[in-house]
Amino acid sequence: MSKENPTALERFIWGIIPENPIFRQVLGTCPALAVSTDIKAALTMTCATAFVLICANTIISLIRHLLKPHLRIVVFVLTIASFVTIVDYLLAAFYYSMSLQLGPYVPLIIVNCIIICRCEVCASKQSVGVAISDAIGQSLGFGLALVSMASFREILGSGTWCGFRIMPDSWPNWVLMLLPPGAFFVFGFLIGAVNWFTSLKKNKSS
Amino acid sequence: MDLIGLFLLAFNATLINNYVLHYFVGICAYIGVSKRIEMAFGMGCAVTFVMGVAAMLSWSAIYFLLQPGAPLTSFIFKTIHPGSDSVVNLSVLNSIVSIFVIASSVQLVEMYIRKFFPALYKAFGVYLPLITTNCAILFACIEIMKHVGKNAVEPWGLDKALLLAISAGMGFTLAIVLMAGIREDLENADVPAPLQGPGITLITAGIFAMAFMGFTGIDRGLAVLFGR
Repeated sequence: MSKENPTALERFIWGIIPENPIFRQVLGTCPALAVSTDIKAALTMTCATAFVLICANTIISLIRHLLKPHLRIVVFVLTIASFVTIVDYLLAAFYYSMSLQLGPYVPLIIVNCIIICRCEVCASKQSVGVAISDAIGQSLGFGLALVSMASFREILGSGTWCGFRIMPDSWPNWVLMLLPPGAFFVFGFLIGAVNWFTSLKKNKSS
Repeated sequence: MDLIGLFLLAFNATLINNYVLHYFVGICAYIGVSKRIEMAFGMGCAVTFVMGVAAMLSWSAIYFLLQPGAPLTSFIFKTIHPGSDSVVNLSVLNSIVSIFVIASSVQLVEMYIRKFFPALYKAFGVYLPLITTNCAILFACIEIMKHVGKNAVEPWGLDKALLLAISAGMGFTLAIVLMAGIREDLENADVPAPLQGPGITLITAGIFAMAFMGFTGIDRGLAVLFGR
């Protein structure tokens, strides 16, 4: 998976599973752990991150010939920070309760390693179309990871999924899953599970 | 001086709401640089230092330039538009200015370490510039942001902002050094192949987080003890 210039489709597919930003590259772990207590928060976070990622990738890809090597990180960070400010104010204007729940984790998208990594690896080298499809693929991968973690935590922790009760009433809510330790455990075991499936596939094909 | 208040703030930031184990910020560095104790300690010190510098600078920037009716920008505005009575509010720039301040302080630390500790500079490698994207520092700045200005519920001075940054950095150092100690021994353990690397580190961090949950509520007890 180390070709010089991957095509748009390859970039798109890699983002979802083979190079999943959270499980395979272990980037952007901070929102994955912090906002995966319930599905709604996870989906909102995914949308916010996807918006910033797509916009930042597009802009960086458009100005990639103007970038100076030693200043590029600063340019990346300032571009991202502008879009994050937009998202922060939009969220506060149209979905205030969620804005309160996510709190400081929305401005923290600025330092989400996934976005800087994508700007560096893809957008600053390839054309706009590839950069956009890469951003969409990575966002889908990020969303997949966040939603799978949030499903585990919400079902085990409060017996609901996206607000609907699915566990029997006798289910004692496993509150630990909603607390910080639960986040670490679920994340650790999910990374283990993804690695295990990948190694199974490799054994089968060889 | 409100010494007890300051002590409670520091205790809270270091142990009860530990940045890594309670707010999950700075996990990238926590997993990446926690293989050796010396490196972990160096990283913790670098992060603490950057956090302190960034907290001071961003507090000053927000207080003097960005908050609604900030003195410096109001002065400039009044000079340009004499007689106008609207209030200047640049708080939309809060996060952008904070991240800019952080990036500059990281550059400073990088130059300092490269000049005076070349060995440490080599050992850090890519993780040194990555301090810029360490969520813990921006998180501290956001926390301070909430407490600056006349509209804040509980306005903080520069002393409290700096203390919060230093104690949060100490909490980060504590957590990362503890984890490095465990990981040095973990190398001899027989970990199942899929869990090796980040997997087992995260599960260990979960156990740490459970241990740190034991501090919950101590701040209230201490506050009662000191008669507040």
